[in-house]
Amino acid sequence: MEVNKEKISTIINKYKKDRAYLLAIFQDVQREYRYLPKEAIQYICNELNIPESKGFEVATFYKALSLTPRGKHTIHVCLGTACHLRGGPNILDTFERELKIKKGETTTDGIFTLESVNCLGACALAPLVRVGEKDFGKTTSSIVHDIIQEFKTGA
Amino acid sequence: MDVEFTINGKRVLASKGETILDVARREGFVIPSLCHHEVLGSDGRCRLCVVEVQRGKRKRIVTSCLYTAENGIEVFTESPDVQLVRKTVLELLLARCPEAETIQYLARQYGVHDTRYVKDKDKGKCILCGICVRTCETIVGVTALSMSGKGPLKKVTTPFDEPSSVCIGCGACVIACPTGHIYMEDNNGIRTIWRKKFELAKCPKCGRYHAPLEQLEYIAKKSGTSLDELLICQDCK
Amino acid sequence: MHTSLSKIEKIATEYTSRMKGFQKIIRICTGTGCVSSGALRVHDGLQKAIDSEGLSEKVLIKKTGCHGLCERGPIVVFGNEEILYQAVGKRKIEEDIHLLISTIKYNKTAENLLYKGTDKTKRYVSSREIPFYSGQTRLVLALNGIIDPEEIEDYIAHGGYRALAKALTMERDEIINWIEKSGLRGKGGGGFPTGLKWRSCKESDGFPKFVLANGDEGDPGAFMDRSLMEGNPHAVIEGMIIGAYAIGANQGYIYVRDEYPLAVERLSKAISHAEELGFLGKNILNTGFDFHIGIFRGGGAFVCGESTALMTSIEGKAGEPRAKYIHTVEKGLWEKPTNLNNVETWASIPEIINRGWEWFASIGTEKSKGTKVFSLVGKVNNTGLVEVPMGMTLREIIFGLGGGIQGGKKFKAVQTGGPSGGCIPEQYLDMPVDFDSLTGLGSMMGSGGMIVMDERNCMVDVARYFLKFLVEESCGKCVPCREGVRRMYEIVDRISTGKGREEDIAHLEELGKAVQIGSLCGLGQSAPNPVLSTLKYFHDEYVLHIKEKRCPAGVCKELIKFTIVPEKCTGCMRCASECPVKCITGEKKQVHEINQSRCIKCGTCYDVCRFDAVKIE
Repeated sequence: MEVNKEKISTIINKYKKDRAYLLAIFQDVQREYRYLPKEAIQYICNELNIPESKGFEVATFYKALSLTPRGKHTIHVCLGTACHLRGGPNILDTFERELKIKKGETTTDGIFTLESVNCLGACALAPLVRVGEKDFGKTTSSIVHDIIQEFKTGA
Repeated sequence: MDVEFTINGKRVLASKGETILDVARREGFVIPSLCHHEVLGSDGRCRLCVVEVQRGKRKRIVTSCLYTAENGIEVFTESPDVQLVRKTVLELLLARCPEAETIQYLARQYGVHDTRYVKDKDKGKCILCGICVRTCETIVGVTALSMSGKGPLKKVTTPFDEPSSVCIGCGACVIACPTGHIYMEDNNGIRTIWRKKFELAKCPKCGRYHAPLEQLEYIAKKSGTSLDELLICQDCK
Repeated sequence: MHTSLSKIEKIATEYTSRMKGFQKIIRICTGTGCVSSGALRVHDGLQKAIDSEGLSEKVLIKKTGCHGLCERGPIVVFGNEEILYQAVGKRKIEEDIHLLISTIKYNKTAENLLYKGTDKTKRYVSSREIPFYSGQTRLVLALNGIIDPEEIEDYIAHGGYRALAKALTMERDEIINWIEKSGLRGKGGGGFPTGLKWRSCKESDGFPKFVLANGDEGDPGAFMDRSLMEGNPHAVIEGMIIGAYAIGANQGYIYVRDEYPLAVERLSKAISHAEELGFLGKNILNTGFDFHIGIFRGGGAFVCGESTALMTSIEGKAGEPRAKYIHTVEKGLWEKPTNLNNVETWASIPEIINRGWEWFASIGTEKSKGTKVFSLVGKVNNTGLVEVPMGMTLREIIFGLGGGIQGGKKFKAVQTGGPSGGCIPEQYLDMPVDFDSLTGLGSMMGSGGMIVMDERNCMVDVARYFLKFLVEESCGKCVPCREGVRRMYEIVDRISTGKGREEDIAHLEELGKAVQIGSLCGLGQSAPNPVLSTLKYFHDEYVLHIKEKRCPAGVCKELIKFTIVPEKCTGCMRCASECPVKCITGEKKQVHEINQSRCIKCGTCYDVCRFDAVKIE
């Protein structure tokens, strides 16, 4: 796939071409494409003078980065301890059933990616679900359907 | 030689900055290791070389490949805790790489004949010691390999699991690998390694296929030696 | 020096008098918790109402940081803790805004919005009366809920940056001396004496030096650092500047978890504001001291909370830890002397400088001084953040501040220290909470997570949960952790699914010990703690799972079955309507039945039945 080299260069320059910010550069590029394309990783490594293998190592180490396209909305179901104790896994199960995908996968229509996350830090409101910038606290299985609808229609 | 300490009760001397492992081996003590490399050193991945270090009342288990010898410490290479770690590491590796003969041999030497764990089938003989990665980066200088992923999914590979554009097919990783995990095949003038095919150079004198052309081109560029000279195989030089 | 201090005082005076110009100040919490409950809608709605009532000149709404009582958000406070309203706008936002306006205009207290505890008849007006707050000693969190974290003037008006001005007149050694004598220990988990760490770093050879703040709070169930970074970022920054000056560093970094975008935003703004006023940057307060702070965002890796992994991550690499035989204060970031402290530790510094080391040392126990922020979550009534002096007992925290166990159930255990910690049973509830007592019990203080469990939590399941977490988060560098933790998980998983074997317990203890002493970093070294501590204190529960294939808490799905007791079922249909897979059949007022083949064992029916008609077998 063709990546917009100018756009990526702008991001690299924002971090003053400092290789210490490789992770941040990857995260910003991922925000543009909804994943980290191979060509982007190769271009960035080239610009920063980093061996491609090291760039690949960083890209595959951090859970925040994805090498495969993500859905328009990523649903993060928190499975932190407090959320686990208050039914987080059941919420995840319900999402899996409703969306017909497993954790880590994306719906065929490309709208939702379902992920688990190990604690969003809102433990008093367990179980928590985060979709994009919106958090849903004290979720129950019955709300799952409403959450999906809210983002499906807004898509 | 201004560092003095004991190993298993024996008084030994070391130079400043030497690791316990180097001193111990020099003094004839046997300490097993897997991820330690003579030239490349170690970054403490396998934990097989652990010893117990006692200083005053404080005891700790450390990897001898990285711990610098200090004055007045007492080192024990066969304490119960050391043996526990060693046996556990070997039993775990036996389960991870059941086909690896090196591990089987080493394990038997330390009394580990079998593993209680369900054996993996997808890890080959790779113990993730990292020697291949470091060899490619530091000795060869092309950095074609790295470790991708993390935790149980960690594996050594070329970027995107695809043939690497910088790999020169030299096979240094194959030679360095302690378990023989890396696949390399030379057949009819073609070498296959890390999913990439290399045309082997033919010696103009004896006609033998000896090294990948890409490797010789790389050496020529780096060392200034002409490619024609490098095409001649080692036996005919 | 005088010039700088008077400039700070001027800002404070101007701000305070501007605030005095308002008749009423209303504070709305905009921490992540309250925002997810709708706090921003409440804010916007209230501002609109105030504008339309023509009160904008007289009434100011402030957006503050996290109060800690997140469960009851959105929280709105009137004046100086005069009235606290909870759950504002959760059900009928327009009605609630109307009630707020009534309070503003007529001083009429809205009874329905007041906090009530387990005794549903008593309502509390001021937060000072609420046991959850009155039992706390808020030092690090003192200004949370009071100041607007995006207004540096607010921080200054409440005493901010005085400590910096004072510290810059002190000798560097004197500052370190004070921190040593205060007894402050690291609040991130290690509990290492902070003063000693600073001194070692100062005395190390090497240039440049770095100071780092660990904001990678990864322990599930812990959100102290989030609250602090969102609610009072300047406290962290001020502490770092003082530390950098003492140690001799000119560059600092705050490493913030990727999952805390609001914290990153607030810290970035705070840093810019501090730079504008000359507290950061070149020639700070005209002393010739330069110091800059940058922010690094994490990438979703728990292991990057470990100090050496954090530094490796800042260097732009995969976050693998390294051996600490050579301390990071000697060779850390880019092999240079580096001092890393948790954000809560940094935030403790300004007050020690302001009030003196003796004051700090007078709080807490002999070996654990000061206070600690805990996230009290799980099956407790008042879930949220509490800051207490070291030495308060678990009972006082859980039953006093926490209001006891939800639903009147029985306390079973409290998990402290996150995945590195252990579970503490009932017999130790009167244990004082401090670094050494908790470690002595086989747990640890860790970053401050305190997860309360009741009879409906299975300890085998808890161990399994933490092991699963650690298997995924292990960096994979060393054999004992990468291989050992996943094998421990396999064993505990077998036990929880009815395939446990007699030799499993001894095996777990042996493997656990090997992983503890053989692993390269703290993650692996403490990974066996949850299993080993539950084995120690809840041995019988494991035995039941293995020998009788039974889960007494009714959690391990393969070992339980939910059935309806015909004699007790009233046919109220509640279970059937709440069942997420609709596997319960029954007519109104008729005995209901659970279809076992479709049941997913979630336990919702058991939890909602008011007649005790659902049985766990």
